[in-house]
Amino acid sequence: MDGNGFGFPLPSQIADVPGAEGWRSMYQYFTRFQPEDDGRFWFHNAMHFPEPLPAFDTVTCEIPYGAIGANTARVFSFPTTLGIEHRILNGRVYITAIPVTDPAEIERRLAVFQERAGYYYENWDHLFAAWKAKMTALIGEIDAIKVPELPEIDDAEVVTSATGIAQNHYVRENYHRCLDLYSKMWHYHTEFLMLGYGAYVVFFEFCKKAFPEIGDQAVARMVAGIDVVMYRPDDELRQLARLAVETAVDDEFADGRAPAEVLTALAGRGAAGQRWLAAFEGARDPWFNVSTGDGFYHHHRSWNEDLTVPFAALPRYMRLVREGVPLSRPTEQLRTEREQIVGEYRGLLSSDEERAAFDQMLGLARLVFPYVEDHKFYCEHWFTTRFFAKIRDFGELLVRQGVLADVEDIFHLHHTEVDQALSDVMLAWAAGAPTLGAAHFGPIIAERKRMLEVLKGWPPPPAIGPVPEALNDPAVRMLWGVTAETLAMWAAAEDSDGQVIHGYAASPGVVEGVARVLRSVNEIGLIKDGEILVCAVTAPSWAPIFGKIKAAVSDIGGTMSHAAIVAREYGMPAVVGTGHASKLIKTGQIVRVDGDRGVVTVLQ
Amino acid sequence: MATQDLVRPIGGVGLDDRPVVGGKGASLGELSRAGLTVPAGFIVTARAFERAIRAVDPAGAVSSEIEQLPAADGAVIAQVTARIRERIVAAPLPADIAEAIIASYRALADSQDHGRDSPVAIRSSATSEDSGGASFAGLQDTYLWVAGEQSVLDHVRKCWASLYNAESVSYRRQQRIGEQALAMGVVVQRMVEPRCAGVMFTCSPTTGDRSVIAIEGSWGLGSVLVSGEVTPDSYVVSKVTGEIVRRTVSAKLRLHQLNPAGSGTIPADVPEHLREQACLDDDQVRALARVGKLVERHYGTPQDIEWALTDSSGGGDRIVLLQSRPETVWSGRGSGPVATPKARPADHVFEQLGRVVPIARPER
Repeated sequence: MDGNGFGFPLPSQIADVPGAEGWRSMYQYFTRFQPEDDGRFWFHNAMHFPEPLPAFDTVTCEIPYGAIGANTARVFSFPTTLGIEHRILNGRVYITAIPVTDPAEIERRLAVFQERAGYYYENWDHLFAAWKAKMTALIGEIDAIKVPELPEIDDAEVVTSATGIAQNHYVRENYHRCLDLYSKMWHYHTEFLMLGYGAYVVFFEFCKKAFPEIGDQAVARMVAGIDVVMYRPDDELRQLARLAVETAVDDEFADGRAPAEVLTALAGRGAAGQRWLAAFEGARDPWFNVSTGDGFYHHHRSWNEDLTVPFAALPRYMRLVREGVPLSRPTEQLRTEREQIVGEYRGLLSSDEERAAFDQMLGLARLVFPYVEDHKFYCEHWFTTRFFAKIRDFGELLVRQGVLADVEDIFHLHHTEVDQALSDVMLAWAAGAPTLGAAHFGPIIAERKRMLEVLKGWPPPPAIGPVPEALNDPAVRMLWGVTAETLAMWAAAEDSDGQVIHGYAASPGVVEGVARVLRSVNEIGLIKDGEILVCAVTAPSWAPIFGKIKAAVSDIGGTMSHAAIVAREYGMPAVVGTGHASKLIKTGQIVRVDGDRGVVTVLQ
Repeated sequence: MATQDLVRPIGGVGLDDRPVVGGKGASLGELSRAGLTVPAGFIVTARAFERAIRAVDPAGAVSSEIEQLPAADGAVIAQVTARIRERIVAAPLPADIAEAIIASYRALADSQDHGRDSPVAIRSSATSEDSGGASFAGLQDTYLWVAGEQSVLDHVRKCWASLYNAESVSYRRQQRIGEQALAMGVVVQRMVEPRCAGVMFTCSPTTGDRSVIAIEGSWGLGSVLVSGEVTPDSYVVSKVTGEIVRRTVSAKLRLHQLNPAGSGTIPADVPEHLREQACLDDDQVRALARVGKLVERHYGTPQDIEWALTDSSGGGDRIVLLQSRPETVWSGRGSGPVATPKARPADHVFEQLGRVVPIARPER
């Protein structure tokens, strides 16, 4: 026990999962807990990493944490926080933010921060417009990367243009280029992120002080945008559903019919079918570049790669269109409601002076919020699904060259091991000899797949180590929802019998229903109409599934997590940041989700 | 003296009539004028009280005796006030006052099923009560389920006498409130038989947050909650969004109900199946909050409201208000602004992110 009141275990007290003792072989040395790490506080980042991490997917913590820390600690010089460190334990990712507590150092850092953050806040709109252009260009770059074919005789162009460089060179260069672009994407991602959270935290805390009883969602509603990019993919689906009904081709969309079959059938439906297919192709680029997950695992494919997810939602939307239910979001009404809420809270403030401060903070929060809401589409969804698709292309090359048995096996190698496998390919092609990788990597990959299955059954404690005196990092507080209250909740849940589970009231309402516990995004198809989704983390791109469920419960996430935002948008009760719900609740149990109070009760 | 001077219908008075009908009576009249539902009834005026007291004590000896009582001597106060109360209760009512009360009571009884024995609540309404500053709340008596003409007359006198109970007198002596201007109205109101009842604050009683309404409720009469015999269900509703921000359902073990003997109320155990059940559903909570918002808007300051939920004749339920008075704890507490404007909006961020955010240790 940590002896400071919370009672979380120490890293060194956690044993290897029996049957997966070799898990460390999947991860780099710098991800391992050190003896001195027992003296620090870590929490399970179940929001981004709810499942055990395959070896290649460590790139999705190595690179993001390299970028976010660089931005807060080194570029913007946040006064009270440096970067985020991560460790891997039994396949799960634990993180900690390093606080700055020395007053002199805070003072020094604050001076730099004011100058640099001030520049971004003052120029936010045009910097954000430029950011979108930078991101779109970056996506173009990753799409343009070619995976060498390595034919028997190289292209004539090498000679006619006298490039002097054979194809095998580009195997490594282009693979590294994928990683480099992914790294740039994460630097862009974190360029605005912490400044955005910072501005929101300021408004949030003002509201909590002025109105101590205000619900988290009421604060969020005052700031939330109306035309949010993350809603677009689902909006596009609704429009496609409407078009199908209008042009009377909706009979082709039977529940459960394979998308390819539907598309073939539509091609045979004359002008109406062609019109729908054209609209479909128009919507796919870019809006179907949305991940079925949160973009932190290779198996989070885009809608474009796996059409079953969007097609699963279409029949229901078509039914609603036929029943005359308006499918478009009432944006004008939402806008009016938002301004009414602001007006009422503003009116309750005690003085004009306070109202002037409120206006400044709300103005700044609204300035930064489009970035907070929209960046994920560009980064985790659009770019990241293109990135993993490109890595898959390298997987195909390794299969063609006899190193791997299956394309997906590339994701069981660390990115530096992929480097080795590609060197093997480059050498073999040059020498005219066979590759040697199959014998080397085959058993390693088989063992890692087996261990990952074993590790999936391990329930990671939500927090480990002694709780620090201060938690300064705005992202840790707002995004991960790790505050003094969460920690107390987690500590209490460790002792509880699982009947009553506390979390954050993320979206209002109370419902009861049958729980469906999902361990990974791939199980999304198991959800039945009217069930309550219970998972480690909810992803906004599951939006079509939100049409089926009654309520959502997640282990991690704050009131600003995308799950919370989307649940509110879809008007369904949600409790996030429970720490444990997906461990304590079993599929089939009847649960009550109270999104007003943030309580989930297991009824039977 | 005209009947009008002795008895006034609740619907015929407003806040300005406080000197005549007392704080509670004036507030009920004002609520009724604002279009809110209060139980029908009438108020025996302060003038009637003054006349009745003068009949008992023509020379004003009672007032002088009390003003000379030592504020700290509880034993003496108890002894003297007991004697005064006995005199008031024993004295016959002046005939015109008794007639005016009985006429009003009959009119009220005729309008409902119980006929001549129509049950009423008889509630004191001191003229200095609920004035926002000094709170007399709970110092004078209320009698529930009083039925029959003679009983009504007896209980009006008991109410008057309760102005001279030891607690009230001690309070007046400690606060140095003179006896000369002292007067009391008595509210006689149709008895409501609530399914559940409680109180509602139009600001948070714990934090003073004006954006929420706090509601507490329990089964049966609200007296069980005011007297502290039960842990009520509690709800916090946002005035702005109408959302129920917090909902706590407690085990409600006791309730107050009509004495089966036919008069007064008695405590009883809450039936097993109702104990853990919320006494209000979400729609009822929201409806109550809407009423609270209306009352606050009418008065312009946060209010402390007693409410009851009764079955309405047309089926469904009806919210009835039994009292509203200005909230006194937070209204009087001036606080500085949470934040003041800065040169640039971003300066708020610099201030906030430049601060260390400590974590409170849990108590174990």
